[in-house]
Amino acid sequence: MEHLELFFKAIFIDNMVFATFLGMCSYLAVSKKVTTAVGLGAAVIFVLAITVPLNWLLDQYLLQPGALVWLGSEYAEYDLSFLSFIMFIATIATMVQLVEIVVEKFSPALYNSLGIFLPLIAVNCAILGGSLFMQSREIATFGLALNYGISSGIGWFLAILAIAAIREKIRYSNVPPALRGLGITFIITGLMAIGFMSFGGMLTGGEEVAEEEKVEQAIQLEEEKIDDDKKEVKEVTEKENTTALNQ
Amino acid sequence: MGLLSKKDAKLITDPLADNNPITIQVLGICSALAITAELEASIVMSVAVLFVLGVGNVVISLLRNVIPSKIRIIVQLVVVATLVIIVDLVLKAFVYELSKTLAVFVGLIITNCIIMGRFEAFALANGPWRSFLDGIGNSLGYAVILIIVGFFRELLGSGTLLGIKVLGDPIEKTGVYAYGYENNGFMLLAPMALITLGIIIWVQRSRNEALIEEN
Repeated sequence: MEHLELFFKAIFIDNMVFATFLGMCSYLAVSKKVTTAVGLGAAVIFVLAITVPLNWLLDQYLLQPGALVWLGSEYAEYDLSFLSFIMFIATIATMVQLVEIVVEKFSPALYNSLGIFLPLIAVNCAILGGSLFMQSREIATFGLALNYGISSGIGWFLAILAIAAIREKIRYSNVPPALRGLGITFIITGLMAIGFMSFGGMLTGGEEVAEEEKVEQAIQLEEEKIDDDKKEVKEVTEKENTTALNQ
Repeated sequence: MGLLSKKDAKLITDPLADNNPITIQVLGICSALAITAELEASIVMSVAVLFVLGVGNVVISLLRNVIPSKIRIIVQLVVVATLVIIVDLVLKAFVYELSKTLAVFVGLIITNCIIMGRFEAFALANGPWRSFLDGIGNSLGYAVILIIVGFFRELLGSGTLLGIKVLGDPIEKTGVYAYGYENNGFMLLAPMALITLGIIIWVQRSRNEALIEEN
């Protein structure tokens, strides 16, 4: 359940592009054609799935305050968290280089489709952003970190695929000249982001509705009580009236 | 301009408009959008980028003859990361509240494409003084856009500028609020940053038709 929640949250609610604007540069630069967009998107998923869990290990056993305790109790007070930027980016850069070499060696076909994008990815903010968000959201276990890497990658993939498809179609429409290219892409992305905001209710929605219902029920109960009170008052006054009349 | 030759001055003025890093070169969009809900955050972010890009360009330019071209990206990343750690620690020490709003976006200066883009395109091929000017010019161009977006989003979204209530008090109904004006809270949400930037690009390109691109 925890995994499923994180999965949907990373793809739809905290979508890298639409909610936090990560990886916008390559998102804008490489989204002119669907095929290249798919290549870059797949590479991003791949690299995020490797670097986020790796950086989680680094964070957990090296960088956090007190993380060095496994070396001995005298290291318990060390706090290396100020080094996290440089450690994360170094991991990412080396991993990207490593992945490139391995893929080239073992799967030339994959290398031909992914290869040209891999060096680009080292400086894609989505990759470093994934690791930094993993750190600031305090993701608890290795499995969750892996899940977070893959699912935020899928979210990014989804976004670039959608915008590339729209940009292919928009070539046939009559856009005002000054908006052509970059301008209209920004505005479409903005509209898509508004659309993605509606996913915000996906996880919390159930509980909120339940609470609203509770409140409504409480209000109804109150109203019924008030009605009852009124009835009682009426009955009492009627009784009084009748007794007064009788007298 | 006794200090700067004409060619050097162009390095600073060019990126402000006709070769703006954000609207023309399409670099450094991520942070431009994410932190512009308040003017103050945009200004602090611009200063941070100014420092990192100015100093980074000089360092890379000085090292340009000793960096082997195969590992230059890692060397550049290490230089930027070091500078960004300095910025992050300074922000945490002096403006702690604001550094919390900026959160991971200070860290993301490392992968801000403006920085890597300028290193690759300029600092690796030019001397330190010209690289420094180029760094300053490009970060000023970045700052201009950030401040325009931040200005409109804060003014229309919460009716304040730098936290000062310029439009009157929305609760006590003074100033323009007395005539039934309402804050547009939607301006503070993420999508409006994209649309505001789209409109800025639209205005800029209608004024200068040479910038219009093919579909």
